[in-house]
Formats: sequence, structure tokens, C-alpha cells
Amino acid sequence: MSDMNATPSAALAGNQDVEFWMKEDHHPANGTLLGFWIYLMSDCLIFACLFATYGVLGRSYAGGPTGAELFDLPLVAINTTLLLLSSITYGFAVLEMQKDRRGTMMAWLVITGLFGLGFLGIELHEFSELIGQGAGPQRSAFLSSFFTLVGTHGLHVTFGIVWLVTLLFQVGRFGLTPANKRRILCLSMFWHFLDVVWIGVFTFVYLMGALP
Amino acid sequence: MSAHAESHDHHDDSAPHSTLKGYLMGFFLAVFLTAVPFWLVMGKVIPNAQTLAVVILVFAAMQIVVHMIYFLHMNAHSEGGWNMLALMFTAILVVITLSGSIWVMFHLNSNMMPGMSHDMTEQQAKNLP
Repeated sequence: MSDMNATPSAALAGNQDVEFWMKEDHHPANGTLLGFWIYLMSDCLIFACLFATYGVLGRSYAGGPTGAELFDLPLVAINTTLLLLSSITYGFAVLEMQKDRRGTMMAWLVITGLFGLGFLGIELHEFSELIGQGAGPQRSAFLSSFFTLVGTHGLHVTFGIVWLVTLLFQVGRFGLTPANKRRILCLSMFWHFLDVVWIGVFTFVYLMGALP
Repeated sequence: MSAHAESHDHHDDSAPHSTLKGYLMGFFLAVFLTAVPFWLVMGKVIPNAQTLAVVILVFAAMQIVVHMIYFLHMNAHSEGGWNMLALMFTAILVVITLSGSIWVMFHLNSNMMPGMSHDMTEQQAKNLP
């Protein structure tokens, strides 16, 4: 309290500009990245609900096939590798962006997108195999929650790729403008966030589902 | 004031400045933390399923932290601490949602379906209304 009282009187006495001392980090120029982070957190809550649903229903097989019988772990390992590689290649794209190298940045983004497409291709292949075996989402509560959780993640990856392609056109047309850089950083958060969710999926659904 | 004014010069000041070293470090840690659980499960290294489940969940938690730090550049100072605050809030909600749902539903299952085990047989499933 004494500081607050002292500052204005001292300023008035010395006829100087009033200075306010705030011990906090400076505010960023705009709040887009923070806003996007809050969106991601809300997305995180959606996934938490789906994980909780899977946690409750994941062993309700209704006499149908179990996770241990259905899951093809080597395929899941390949998928995990693809997503992890796409995370690091996106990181390389961000590094190139910081150096204002448009060509190499776009090349890394294309590679990231290809890894993402590979991931989606394998996931769709897995889904079609399951449905072909009669283990579709309508078979049991376990499979309903499985398809909802993994499918929602896949849908996020799909939209991530759509966004990535859009950004490629934007950057190709307008270059690395501040707005485009901001968009690239937002997508970077989205992409890495999807990889974080996938850690939960492969651990909680696939690896633990394969346990007896 | 001068420090604040300078920050407007380069537009992406709020953005974390990533380094190659950081990304590679995160990548190799993530590869390790992914490979070990897959090896543990696929190679049936730990015979006790419950111990194995706990071990792989710990690996997942560690990997999530690695991703947060090295890929999402999480620290207590980004965006003036608001990032971390939102993350903490979300983490609390996630814990409540997950543990609460599983706890409550587990008890509902065991209390409301007497005589019916959690895993139904094919015959029981057919008799469901």
C-alpha cells in the first residue's frame, strides 16, 4: 500500500510521467495463440469424455471379439511411428519458418502432410478390416466406444490435413506474412496436440486392450 | 515501457523460439518412451497384467510431459502464464472426468446388475432386452 501511495505523489512532486511497475511478462501482440490454446484445451475435454466412455465400456464385449483378438499391434506401432515422424517434420517446418525460408518450410509441411495421410490410410484400412470381420461399431459397447474415440481422433487428423493443404496454398500465394506465420504456429499446436492425444489412444486403447 | 514497445516490432514475439536441439531431444525421448511400452506388451516381458498396465500408463504420462515441453513449448512463462493456467485447469477437469466416470460406473455395474458378471456370455447378450 505504501508503494501505491508513494508513486503518484513522487511523480507529482517531480513533475514526471507516472510510471506503473507491473511485475509480469509482457502481453503478446495479439491473443490468437492463447485463444487457440484454450480451444485445444476444450478439445482436450472432448477427448477426456471419450476416453472416460471407453474406460467404462471398453471391456463390455457383449460376447463379441475382444481387443486382444482384434488389435494388430505391429500396425499400431507403424501408425504411431508415422504420427511421431510427422510431429518432428512439422517442427522442422517451424524452424525453417523462423529462418524465413519459404521453400524448405513448404517442403517439410508437404512431408508432414504425407505422414498424416499415411496414418489416416492405415487407420481406415484397420477400420475396414474390423467392419469386414463383423466387428463394426454396432457389435458391442466396446466397439462403439472404440470407433467413437479413435474415429474422432482420425477426424481431427483429417481436418488437420485439410488445414495444412489450405496453408500451403496461402503461403504459396502470399508468402510468409505475419498472419501466415501465426496460422502455421496454430496448426503446429494442433498437430502436436493430436500426437499427444494419440499417446493416450495407443496406450489406453491398444496396448491396454491387448492385455489379458 | 521501452521493452514493451520493442515487442511490437517483430510480430511473432509471443511465439516460442524453437530450436533444432529441442525438437531432436523431444523426438528421441518420445521414440524411447513409445518403443518401450510396445516392446513390453508385444514381447510379454511383464507377466502380471496389472503391473504392466501401470507401467505403460506411467510411460504414457512421461511421454505426454515430453511432448508438452519439447513440442508444445510449454512453460510457466508463455503467454504470461495463462497457457499453464489453462492447462492446469484442463488437467484437473480431465482427472475428475476420467476417474469420476470410471469409479461411478464401476460401482453402478457391480451394484445394479446382481448375478451378472461384467463380461457377458454370448447367451446372456442374446437375452438382453
